[in-house]
Amino acid sequence: MFAASSLTEAFTDIGGAFSEQNPGATVTFNFAGSSDLVAQIAQGAPADVFASADESNMTKLIEAGLAAGNPVPIAENTFAIIVETGNPQGVATVADLDNPELIVVLCSTAVPCGRGAETILANAGVTVNPKSLETNVKGVVTKVAAGEADAGIVFVTDVDAAGADAAGIALPADINAISAASMVLTDASRNPDAARDFVEFVAGPTGQSILASYGFMSP
Amino acid sequence: MKDRLRKVGRVRLPRPIIALAAVTVMFFALPLVGLIWRAPWSNAWGYLTDDAALTALRLSLVCSLWATLLSIVFGVPLAWVLARVDFPGRAAVRALCVLSMVLPPVVGGVALFFALGRRGLVGQWLDRWFDIQLPFTTAGVVIAQTFVAMPFLIVTVEAALHQMDSRFEDASRTLGASRWYTFRRVTVPAIRPALIAGAVLAWARALGEFGATVTFAGNFPGTTQTLPLSVYLALETNPEQAIVLALVLIAISFAVLVGLRDRWFGDRIRRATVSA
Repeated sequence: MFAASSLTEAFTDIGGAFSEQNPGATVTFNFAGSSDLVAQIAQGAPADVFASADESNMTKLIEAGLAAGNPVPIAENTFAIIVETGNPQGVATVADLDNPELIVVLCSTAVPCGRGAETILANAGVTVNPKSLETNVKGVVTKVAAGEADAGIVFVTDVDAAGADAAGIALPADINAISAASMVLTDASRNPDAARDFVEFVAGPTGQSILASYGFMSP
Repeated sequence: MKDRLRKVGRVRLPRPIIALAAVTVMFFALPLVGLIWRAPWSNAWGYLTDDAALTALRLSLVCSLWATLLSIVFGVPLAWVLARVDFPGRAAVRALCVLSMVLPPVVGGVALFFALGRRGLVGQWLDRWFDIQLPFTTAGVVIAQTFVAMPFLIVTVEAALHQMDSRFEDASRTLGASRWYTFRRVTVPAIRPALIAGAVLAWARALGEFGATVTFAGNFPGTTQTLPLSVYLALETNPEQAIVLALVLIAISFAVLVGLRDRWFGDRIRRATVSA
């Protein structure tokens, strides 16, 4: 099971629940950035199922002819502004991020969270001068949680995962971006039956309620 | 004379050792050959002369040279103290100062936040009194690189100081030279090969530094985006360009390591061996 790193916590739980209900079946995970996973599968890594955090990487796998069948949507993730606990700078909306006094960090547009932030800022018509374009979403979370940056834009689920170290400010639905996570069986799967069972389990009630508990929305 | 020495050396080496050495060479060469094999040679020049790549390369060279300079200025005195002065807790101090070699660089970057960030132990005062903020600046990159690279110089130089015959220093002192003069004119020349080797190691480590840099200094083109960072991002969007940039990084390091070893380091060693 090759799954995007943003799904780490939720999928680890789902894997445990799956093994409980299907004695004898074990799910082994390889978590990494979606694009890294696509590269690994393209190089012949032994994956049965691929779970992508966003559509573009799923498309990459399908276009490379490495997927079997159609992808199954499993969850949707939206974005929020992340600030220090207590929001000392009083950030309320995306428009506040253009304040030059504020240290804003975003993701690079090379990774999904950066493309999301780009869409949101464009939707809101706001120009931001970020101090850093982080190479992954956890980089933004780390800098805000450590108090080195005042604000950033990350996935809602990352704000939840940061716990007490950071707080989230919800974004209005009309400017927010959506990242759609989906799963697909790989062309080279050696256990297609068990793999199909697992995909159904994630899309089913147990999988969906676990994903919801980590802040994901159902597709 | 030189050739005869080499020949004798070759004959005397047991075969298993040669076989193992060959395996080692393959182990290091194969990944490099893999990169060269996958490199998009027809587009290489375009990727290389890309403005963003050149900016990152320039920043990498500037920052790594600064990190090397700082490592020499602060690392050599420390190595000297560790090698020559017997003080309580010396082993602990030595371990402390090379700890960043084994620390995962990302953790090193977070630790630098806690020390030098605007909420850090020292950083909050830098911020409040002098209005100095290190994260997200080029200076922050240099500090992150120095933190990770300097131990390589300290370890190399300290080892050389231990091996050096300290009677030369004693002789210089008895002949009336001051401590400072002795250090400059006797100690430093005697350890020069190790000093250069240590500096080159530290420089190479600084040039390839990724984790501490991206954590402490962030990633912004022209300010903090060094070549390893732009290679990492290119892997996400344009793997072909990532390979070309990685090869540039490797080629530069390779040229310097080979060039310096032969011209300075190897030469001195050979002379030293002959005279001994």
